[in-house]
Amino acid sequence: MTFMKSLMGAAASLALSAGLAVAEPAIIFDLGGKFDKSFNEAAFKGAQRWAEETGGKFRDIELQSEAQREQALRRFAENGANPVVMVGFAFADALSQVADDYPDTKFVIIDMVVDKPNVRSVVFNEHEGSYLVGMLAAMASKTGKVGFIGGMDIPLIRKFACGYAQGVKAVKPEAEIISNMTGTTPAAWNDPVKGSELAKAQIAQGADVIYAAAGGTGVGVLQTAADEGILSIGVDSNQNYMHPGKVLTSMMKRVDNAVYQALKDGPDMETGFSVMGLANGGVDYALDEYNAPLISAEMKARVDEAKAAIAGGEIKVHDYMSDDSCPALSF
Amino acid sequence: MDFHTLIQILDSTIRLATPLLLACLAGLYSERAGIFDIGLEGKMLAAAFFSAALAAMTGNVWLGLLAGIAASLALSALHGLASITFRGNQLISGVAINFLAAGLTVLVAQDWFRQGGRTPALSGNGRFAPIDLPLADTLRDVPGLGPVYAELISGHSVLVYAAFLAVPATWWLLYRTRFGLRLRAVGENPAAVDTAGVSVVGLRYGAVMICGVLCGIAGAYLATALQAGFVKDMTAGRGFIALAALIFAKWRPWQAMWATLLFGFLQAVALRYQNIDIAGITIPVQVMDALPYILTVVILAGFVGKAIPPRAGGEPYVKER
Repeated sequence: MTFMKSLMGAAASLALSAGLAVAEPAIIFDLGGKFDKSFNEAAFKGAQRWAEETGGKFRDIELQSEAQREQALRRFAENGANPVVMVGFAFADALSQVADDYPDTKFVIIDMVVDKPNVRSVVFNEHEGSYLVGMLAAMASKTGKVGFIGGMDIPLIRKFACGYAQGVKAVKPEAEIISNMTGTTPAAWNDPVKGSELAKAQIAQGADVIYAAAGGTGVGVLQTAADEGILSIGVDSNQNYMHPGKVLTSMMKRVDNAVYQALKDGPDMETGFSVMGLANGGVDYALDEYNAPLISAEMKARVDEAKAAIAGGEIKVHDYMSDDSCPALSF
Repeated sequence: MDFHTLIQILDSTIRLATPLLLACLAGLYSERAGIFDIGLEGKMLAAAFFSAALAAMTGNVWLGLLAGIAASLALSALHGLASITFRGNQLISGVAINFLAAGLTVLVAQDWFRQGGRTPALSGNGRFAPIDLPLADTLRDVPGLGPVYAELISGHSVLVYAAFLAVPATWWLLYRTRFGLRLRAVGENPAAVDTAGVSVVGLRYGAVMICGVLCGIAGAYLATALQAGFVKDMTAGRGFIALAALIFAKWRPWQAMWATLLFGFLQAVALRYQNIDIAGITIPVQVMDALPYILTVVILAGFVGKAIPPRAGGEPYVKER
């Protein structure tokens, strides 16, 4: 009997300690899905890089509906996952309710600020990266008209548009920017047919470079731009390879770096506010073998100059989200 | 708005209306036979995926089209089995088909292509190319009608012409043939059809299968003509807009064409102009997006004529015992 008892006790303590020792990090992907060729996929790549380098394991889940946000968060926190990384602004509400209940778990939210002691909020200066691709668009445009196609009409996407417009105007003050949003519901992230039609409408109005910040909808924009023989600009991940020689560049948002860093820091990470901008490699424009022929040495020199100036603080790019207005573009 | 812009908007209207029209006619056959079908969306989605997948693997868009139709037919058969043979609830079966298609397409796509639930981009013979009608280039410079012919009528893919030819064909089939009379009768009063010695089950299956073929073409058009590949959830609610158009058209083929063209036009205008200023009032783009649904509600509420669905719609037929 005593032997049985001690055996069971040992088993129980073993199970307990195993539960504590796990502390695997967890990632929750947003509705766009893990392989959206863009935002979520970048996060996944960052986590994979961490796993390959350290041999660690991480758990992940792809959300299927809005209702799962809080549930997924609590599940991971209850099971001892630490840190829990959330990819997307839409987690803010759920996280601010959940964070206090699990004071020992570290949470990382990307693209949004949640002010709790155990949360690290990672935000990107998308307006700075968009400014650079806007400059490139203006230099590559022959008609003096460039386009912007956003996904869902939210302040974050307007921030992209606003930075882009400022970059365009910095090169060609008289240039015209045609801006469209795909829709106002999450379906706007996955409607390539509508993206195509928007691109066609912008081309008909004279645009010859179009920047798509629209998740899966952007696939349709890039395709139509390639079909119609104009240039497009990808977003979040490097999308230059999708149509070699037809994609001018991509505005890269290094979500992968942010996720990699979070996993590397592990449960003992510093929480608080973390800004990823041009200065610390959080955003950048993409240059590789697919778009090298499109970017002349002069263009590159001019953009790199601006990049250094923004990183150094000499050029200030206006952030739409700071005051909900844009000097270079009206919505 | 100058003439050239108008032509471009109408051109866009035709492209946007085509999948709606095909899906709307598909629903027309099914509902006229007394089988409500809210699974149009799911069938289109499944067809979009399988057409793009086969076109990507074989490089032949016609094989893709056949695969899309086959996938849509399979879901139609499922709907028929649930709602005709087993007399289940037609709405629930339709919802199930929508969910099944949404999940299945992404899962299979991920397994086959490993590109995160999409198909590789199609090129060359893997897509339906636009067709230039004869004399389009010669007539282009004729003032007035020239651009209309060259830009608006010519230069669409073969599926667009098929969709618009399906309208008179549907009218003829429903109103001028014996099959059509029986099909309409089976949606109004299946007992009478049964008394006449015609198989209610057979007719309903026939209607559901025609619905499957048309949805298959609609899906293939989205993935292989408008786009160059499949992206998850790419139908983006078009099946539901088609249903709205069907009610708007009061279950009649010609009206279905005008309804889908109107809805396509509203979308095209919304895509072209973010905000429209009319006499000092700014109409935001969201109003244009919601207008098809608002119009449908107005019709359903009986403000503009009355929309009376087929009387036996939604009810499984049970022989008297």
